[in-house]
Amino acid sequence: MNFGFKKNKIIFFILFFLILGFAAFILFKYIMLSKQNKEASLILNVYNWGNHISDGTNGYLNVNEEFEKNTGIKINYTTYPDNESLYAKLAASGTKYDVIIPSDYMIDKLKKENMLQKLDFSLIPNSSYIDEEFKNLEHDPQNEYSLPYTWGIIGIYYNKSIVSELEKEIDWNILWNKKYEKNILMFEGNPRDSFLIALLKLGFSINTTNKNELEMAANEIIKQKPLIKGYVSDQVFERVSSGETALAPYYADAWIINNKDKNLGFTIPKNTNKFLNSICVPANAEHPKEAMMYINFLCDPEIASQNISGIGYSTPENAAREKIESKFYHSKILYPDEDIIKNAQVLKNLPQDTNDLINDLWLKTRASKSNDTTKLVLIFLIFSCVYIGLKFYKSLKNKRKLNKGNLVIV
Amino acid sequence: MKKRIILTPYIVWCIVFIIVPMVLVLFFGLTDESGKFTTRNLCEVFLYPDVFLRSLWLGFKATAICLVVGYLSALIISRLNVKLQKILIILVMLPMWMNFLLKIYSLMFILQDNGFINGILSSFGFSKFNMMNTEGAVILGMVYNFLTYMILPIHSSLVEIDEKLLDAAKDLGANYFMTFVKVIFPLSIPGIVSGIAMVFIPSVSTFILSKMLGGRQNFLVGDIIDMHFLGGIYDPHIGSAISLVLMILLLICTGIINQLQNENKSKKGALVI
Repeated sequence: MNFGFKKNKIIFFILFFLILGFAAFILFKYIMLSKQNKEASLILNVYNWGNHISDGTNGYLNVNEEFEKNTGIKINYTTYPDNESLYAKLAASGTKYDVIIPSDYMIDKLKKENMLQKLDFSLIPNSSYIDEEFKNLEHDPQNEYSLPYTWGIIGIYYNKSIVSELEKEIDWNILWNKKYEKNILMFEGNPRDSFLIALLKLGFSINTTNKNELEMAANEIIKQKPLIKGYVSDQVFERVSSGETALAPYYADAWIINNKDKNLGFTIPKNTNKFLNSICVPANAEHPKEAMMYINFLCDPEIASQNISGIGYSTPENAAREKIESKFYHSKILYPDEDIIKNAQVLKNLPQDTNDLINDLWLKTRASKSNDTTKLVLIFLIFSCVYIGLKFYKSLKNKRKLNKGNLVIV
Repeated sequence: MKKRIILTPYIVWCIVFIIVPMVLVLFFGLTDESGKFTTRNLCEVFLYPDVFLRSLWLGFKATAICLVVGYLSALIISRLNVKLQKILIILVMLPMWMNFLLKIYSLMFILQDNGFINGILSSFGFSKFNMMNTEGAVILGMVYNFLTYMILPIHSSLVEIDEKLLDAAKDLGANYFMTFVKVIFPLSIPGIVSGIAMVFIPSVSTFILSKMLGGRQNFLVGDIIDMHFLGGIYDPHIGSAISLVLMILLLICTGIINQLQNENKSKKGALVI
């Protein structure tokens, strides 16, 4: 009889000691951690695209870890999905970043809005490795604010088991082919991305400020809409390799070279878009000196070659390119022929009214934005009427009930 | 006095995390970039009637499905013995312990063209059919994620019903159907009302569900707000104005929902408007 009581007591004691031990462990860990934090002098805030640094997952060097090991500086590494998210985060300026990696047109925009600071090239000796063709570009003519990090082009990933056309025959028009209805995946993080391919298909400049041309592109987007399976900003590789999608325009990536599936193809149409992601330091960075150290570290040819192999894009450093594996070095996907690169257009920063026009046109195509305001006002009126009607009906009913009650008493 | 001291943390919490953000939304919604008063943002919001209608309609559909499924499950659970009830309620709550995003990813895996369901179908020789990136997938996501909030309040209101009332109904000659219509259902209305409110409101304002399961083919209100804060179009002023209009619309909806229950009992209900 007493046994039950004893058992309870034993369980109670075991639990008690477990909790005590656990609490002591946490306390110990906490003290150790705070000690470590005191020793580590500072934390460098790095804000980068998703999957845009080698993190050691596919056999290449873990770049951030290596930097921490060499210098003792801790890195707080966070990622963003597109240029506009980066801009939103910087404009809202809750957190201060030390290193950011925007691409071409966004560098221009940030620079014009005084959100970048000049790089101190005396602290970045490795910047001399950057190839001449990536210097003095339109977004940073004097090479003061940015240092090229990666570049690439946009092409079309396709599944040969579904797509019957030969590689030569594939151009932007195939994304409007009714044969592949509900089998096309479009990438898009922002309105400019979705206008990009429509403008390329029409053969216009991707930086056009012409209203007619932009309206024609918007019509193309509307025409394409029923053929689209989904608009995504990532997930392209998973969906193409699972055979779920026939066609998907996306950035050229070493993923396709590493993939052994023979059904997967990648082709670069004649006129395409070239992008360049560059390292910058925001104007309000707290540790600019350490940021320059980090940038110098990233430009070291040995590190850069490991890094670019892990990322899968193309490197702007010939010294680094010479160190990567030959399957990447000789790849026509990562380093296409001269004529493709010459014809490729670069996104430029547009004037505000063109940006507004693009946003407006895009919202009309996707969010069925209309010019008619009465409809929503009507919705509000109807809902309010329903509410007031119900309330009125109820009070009427309650009154009647009250009256009935009174009658009974009388 | 004592009551006030106990209330202080709650009041401070309310001010910092509810009142201040609301004032900020109001401020951003009614000003332009230089901080001057403008109604431009509000006018802009009224250009999206179809998006609002679509969101309300999807939320309504999801709530209706949740109500039918949730009421039946709550009714069945409440009729079982106490031990079994406890286990089943824990099972109902179990998905709530899992991360929201993770649940959506697993749903994506199930619905994909090469996913779980299509895998089973094709192994039996049926042809695949497309479920992802449709309106149905978004509604399924809503039902899947918010069903718990429908079952729990209805279940607790059903359990509270006094057994004696049911016996009395039986004694007076009511069969089970009549007992349900005249006794059980009216007494469970407070649970239904808070259930509807807790499913409808998050369904209307969701954005991640349509982003992940709907492929962003057609936008919901939440998508547009997301676009203005984190996405391609950075304009927190219009984003705030849209949130403001959505909040007012949902306030009216909550008012309508609360009219469904008896005024005298509304003190017991979750929301009083």
